[in-house]
Order: sequence, then structure tokens, then C-alpha cells
Amino acid sequence: MTNIKMHVLVCGGTGCTSSRSMEIVDALRAEIKAQGLADEVKVVIAGCFGFCEKGPIVKISPDNTFYVQVTPEDAKEIVAEHIVKGRKVSRLLYVDPKTTEHISDSKHMDFYKKQLRIALRNCGFIDPENIGEYIARDGYMALGKAIFEMSPKQVVDEVKKSGLRGRGGGGFPTGLKWEIAASYKADQKYVICNADEGDPGAFMDRSVLEGDPHSIIEAMAICGYAIGASKGVVYIRAEYPLAVERLQKAIVAARETGLLGNNILGSDFSFDIDMYYGAGAFVCGEETALIRSLQSERGEPTSKPPFPAESGFWGKPSNVNNVETFANIPVILLKGADWFASIGTAKSKGTKVFALAGKVNNVGLVEVPMGTTLREVIFDIGGGIRNGKKFKAAQTGGPSGGCLTEKFLDTPIDFDNLIAAGSMMGSGGMIVLDEDDCMVNVAKFYLGFTVEESCGKCTPCRVGNKRMLEMLEKISAGKATEKDLSRLRELATIIKDTSLCGLGQTAPNPVLSTLDNFYDEYLAHVRDKRCPAGKCKSLMQYVIDPAKCKGCTMCAKVCPAGAIAGKVKEPHVISQEKCVKCGACFATCKFGAISKR
Amino acid sequence: MSGCCDGNVERYKELQTYIDGLPEKKGRLIGVLHKAQGIFGYLPREVQEFIAAALGLPVAKVYGVVKFYSFFTMLPKGKFPISVCLGTACYVRGADDIVAELEKLLGITVGQVTPDGVFSLDTLRCVGACGLAPVMIVAGHVYGRMKPADVAGIIGEYRKKAQASGQEKTCEGVCCHG
Repeated sequence: MTNIKMHVLVCGGTGCTSSRSMEIVDALRAEIKAQGLADEVKVVIAGCFGFCEKGPIVKISPDNTFYVQVTPEDAKEIVAEHIVKGRKVSRLLYVDPKTTEHISDSKHMDFYKKQLRIALRNCGFIDPENIGEYIARDGYMALGKAIFEMSPKQVVDEVKKSGLRGRGGGGFPTGLKWEIAASYKADQKYVICNADEGDPGAFMDRSVLEGDPHSIIEAMAICGYAIGASKGVVYIRAEYPLAVERLQKAIVAARETGLLGNNILGSDFSFDIDMYYGAGAFVCGEETALIRSLQSERGEPTSKPPFPAESGFWGKPSNVNNVETFANIPVILLKGADWFASIGTAKSKGTKVFALAGKVNNVGLVEVPMGTTLREVIFDIGGGIRNGKKFKAAQTGGPSGGCLTEKFLDTPIDFDNLIAAGSMMGSGGMIVLDEDDCMVNVAKFYLGFTVEESCGKCTPCRVGNKRMLEMLEKISAGKATEKDLSRLRELATIIKDTSLCGLGQTAPNPVLSTLDNFYDEYLAHVRDKRCPAGKCKSLMQYVIDPAKCKGCTMCAKVCPAGAIAGKVKEPHVISQEKCVKCGACFATCKFGAISKR
Repeated sequence: MSGCCDGNVERYKELQTYIDGLPEKKGRLIGVLHKAQGIFGYLPREVQEFIAAALGLPVAKVYGVVKFYSFFTMLPKGKFPISVCLGTACYVRGADDIVAELEKLLGITVGQVTPDGVFSLDTLRCVGACGLAPVMIVAGHVYGRMKPADVAGIIGEYRKKAQASGQEKTCEGVCCHG
């Protein structure tokens, strides 16, 4: 019997720990102890709350007070005022930017109002290292229900009926995948969890693993029961040390509780999970490459068929799902397929987690029902564009996706609509771009990533993408012609059609999508040798406004290239031939006479 | 294996113990490489040869895997390794300017180590702290919302730390026989 009356949850996600949230935990614990409340108040390191922009976050339950941007120095006041005297520390509450009112419960904040949390249901609510707290929130009930009340086929049918589609990027129906894996007979089958989150701008899988590791263990065991597998394998990024540690602890706790291992819950179903580390290869998100990596080979994909469901890990039937997909499974079994299918659009059911980042006010992890519009995500939840700038595009799908422009702001987001709009869902990275972003530069960034990550097995991807990157470099250096633009498009199409795996087939998407939506910007680079956003350094020019120049000679003195000429008290001129674009003059001018063009 | 430093003998012993403890050797190369990099800090040729012999694999196979995965490195890191996140969120908020500033200040390019061994510079893809973009990590400590002007101050602090503790230089390399 415990006397805990109050929980203080401190965000242990990556963003908040980077802002000293672990020091907050220590300070709170010390202060609570000093007040003699250690038996009544428990400080919990919780998973990501999602509102990374306002981190570090501290939440106090049961009254659900949500403190933002807390520092270790605030611990004393939180304990003395809130915990001891029951008075909220209003200076640490979230201030609504529209009404300037203080809001203490997160459910009243615009950031959370339109969210629906299924995959992230426990993140920020429970202590991820305590199996008891997971169980208290109906954890492992779905596994029990599957084993004792359902046949494996019924489980597969329920997942099929729910309409759940793979959240890793492809959007393949999960139930169908399970059904195929279940149909093969073998002495050993494997359930594989892809936790090698590789999209440079997505961190939802990491947050689920860090904030709710048991949901993945439970879902994998359910999948094992459904397809007839007794072994599970998690392929996890070695760069996620906290996720690795928490999952490891969770697996041990599940084994000790009899929820993993032989004869789970006294039934004749046995299942256990092993962890394997990824080593930084984006292509290993492709399931055949992932399986080769699990076997300690170079992670090069193989041609399909055979699909992993027939011949996967060590040649045995294997079912690969991503973390977020698994996180949905226990809820689907508990609340039923019909409930899940009632959320979302006709062909995309449930919710999707997005890592909202870039030039948006509220950076963070958001989970919304499928069918929510881009406008709602960026402007309602995300709070609009930073510094009052103009929205230019949202990039979804990471290096495999494309850009959605203003005309798609009111399109309901789901798998099929995003593809029709020339992008894709991908794993859920959503990077917001504003008027200062150059689209050629964005395409170049993603292509640079793909070129680095191409495994080199097939020629279109290995050589083709490299040639495309060179073309983009030529464009941003102002050395390309209009003919290069048509060549770029032609090459992109060939790479798409002829590459072996998903990485190569989707690598040209950022280029094609920017060509389609921002052709004028490409033209400005090749025709006028100008970068409208002022990002491409070789095309940028520093110019002096003769009306503002006082002829103080400061700029000419700091110019390392001797590119600035002019007489004292007369307007100066920058020679574009000599200018090395170092920006020294720009930083020196006291009269704001020098501008970038 | 060369045993020019006592530390190395211990390190190889630790690796051997780990390999001996594996239930089976099939398909465990990547796990062994992770362990080895954890022990030695990097994976020089000698360590790869040792692993190949211990697992009964051709050295070429070990080298092929090491070169394939970006997490594995054949070069030692600096005393204070610096990584700049080049994930998309950091990139659009100016991470490339941070890299340029670091390269200018340290006089090395990405992937290199300063001649005094104090700093090494790398880039990485998304640490999941997008709310703090752009992000730089020095010796495990995350610095968020970086501006190019902040870089010099942070580097200066670590330089001081390095000087304070730098006198007792020990043999950190895996092999000093050259």
C-alpha cells in the first residue's frame, strides 16, 4: 500500500533532456525530500509530451498542471508553492499567444486540442520504466484477450478489419501482411520490429520506445500469436541510447512478470524478444535490407519476391512492422476494429504521428486523426509560421517525399491524398518551410542525403542520384541552362522507374516535386542567375544603396578582397567580380546601406 | 596483436571475453563491432583483423561491413567529439552555418580530428531534439538554438578544459607501433 498522493512527471524525451530536464528531476527530488514529502510525492521521468518547443515540461497530477520551459532553479518554487501550498506557479504556465491568458491544463491548449493520441497514448502519462504503470492503463490486457479469447485467425481478421496501414512509409495494410505471414508453414517464424528510424527529421518511433516501450513488446507478442511466431526481433538504432536502455529494461520486466518467455500467462503460447542494433544506414528501413543487416551483412536490399513473409530472417517467414504501427495494435484489440476504423478517412484509418519542425512556432510531436488538413496541423496546432513570415511549403515523407504548397493546405492528409499531391506520408516527418527557404537548396539537401545513403547495389540509384546532385549543384552555382532542367527531369524519371528498392525509387521525389511546384524558382537560378530566397551563396550579391551610403569607408577597410571602391563621403560600389561574399561589409555598415540580393 | 600499451591487452581481452560469451557466432558481426567500437573508440585495421579471426570470417567481410555503416569509424575521435545535427529541421534553421563556423575555428573539415587530438568534427542525422534546432553536441552535451556567434565561446570552454587536464597525455591509440 503506497501513500503517493501526487505525481510530478518530468519529460525525459530527447529535446527536454538536452535542456537539463534530468537536473530538474534531481532538484525536485531533493526539494521534496527536504520538505519531508518523499513518501507522498513521486517524481517520474516520463516519455515525450510532444510539445518540444516549450520544453522542458513538468506536469503535476492529479490536477494536470502543465508547466513549460522549466529550469532546475524553478524546482524550489514548484515544491514550496504548488506541492506544499497548492498554489500554481503562474509564471511557469503556458501563455496562449492569442489571448495572453495563462493555461494550466494541456487539453485547453491549441497545440493539444485537435490531437488524438492513440500511438502516443501513454507518452507523458506513465513512468516508462515501471511495468505496473503500463498495466494500470490496460497494458497487456490486449495480449491476454488475444491468447484466451481469440484464435490467431480472429486476431488477424480484427487487424485487417481495422484498416490499419503500415506507418513506416509504405502504407501497406498491416492485417494483410500478417495474414500472408500466417499462411506459410515453418518450424520457426519471426516478428521483426523496425525501430531504425532513419528519416532525418522524424522522431516518433524514438518517443514511443522511450515513453511507452511495453506497448511495442505487447504488440509484438500479439503479432507472434497471430502469425505463429515464437521469436521477436527489434532492430533498433544504436544512436538512440535512451530508447535502447528503456526497451531493454522493459523486456526484462516483461519476462519477470511472465508476459514474455515460455507459456505466457500460463497459456501454451511462448514468445521472446531479442534486440539487434542498427549502425546508421538509411537503406535498412527497407525490409529486405533490414533483414540482411540483422544477419550482420551489408544492408543491401534483395529483389522481391520472395517477400520476407515467405523467406525472411535466416530464410524463415518473417513479418516486419514499424514501431508506430505496432503501437496501435493493443488499442485496436481492446477497443475493437470498428472503433479504430471509425477514425480517419475512407482508405486511411486511425491517426498519424507527425514530427512537426522547421519554421513553425510550435515544434513538436503531434498525433492527429487521418484526414486532418495541413492547415490545421501547421496553423492551429503548430501555431503558424515563425517570426510572422509567409508559409512556402511543407515537406513530408523526408528524403522520399515531396513538398506540399499553399494549394494543398486544405487537403485532408492521408496516404492516398499525399501521393496524389506528389509527396508521400513516409514515416511522418513534416518540415515547414518559409519564404526564406530556397527550394533548389532543399532538393539538394535531400539528394545529398540519398547519395550518401545509397547502398550502391544498383546503378540507377548509385550513379543516377550522384549525377542529379551534380546538376543541382550546377543550378545553385548559376552555371546551368534551361536544358539542364529538362535533363534533370528526364534522369529523375529514369531513376524512379529502374531502381531496385524503395530508396532509389523515391529518391528523385524531392527533385520532381520542387520542379513541379517551384519551376519559376529553378528558372530564376538558370535564366537570371538569381536565388529568390537569397540562400544560394554563389548567386547572392552584396550591393550598396547609394541613397543610404554616407561614404564612411568602413566597408572598404574591412573588405578582405579589395572589392569596394569609392571616395570619402561619396557612395561606394562593390565590384561583383572581386567580391568573395564574406559578408564583412554587411556586418560593418552602420547605416544599413548594404543589402543582400 | 600488438601489445605496446597495457591498456590494449586489457581491451583485446575484454573483446575476446565478449565474443566467447556469445551463444552463437553466426550473424553476430555487427554486435561485435558495436562492442569493439565501445571498447576501443574506433575500429582500426588491427581490431578488424582480430574480430575476423575470432569469428572465423574473412577480413574483407569485416571491412565491408565496417565501411557500409556510418556508425562505425576507422578513425579515432577527439577528446571532445563535436557533432552537428544535419537533420532537416536543423538544416533549415541554419545548421550548415554552424558547421562552417566550426570548420573555420578548428581548422579542420567534417570527419577530421584537430592535430592536438582535442576536437573531432562530425555531422549526424537528427537526434530528435528538433525543438532546439539547430543543435550541436560536444562530448555528449547538447547545445540548442545555436548561432554561429555562439560557437567560439563554447569551443573556448572546452579548450580550457583540455588544457587543464591535458598535461598527463596517455597512449590513447590502439596501436602505437605505427
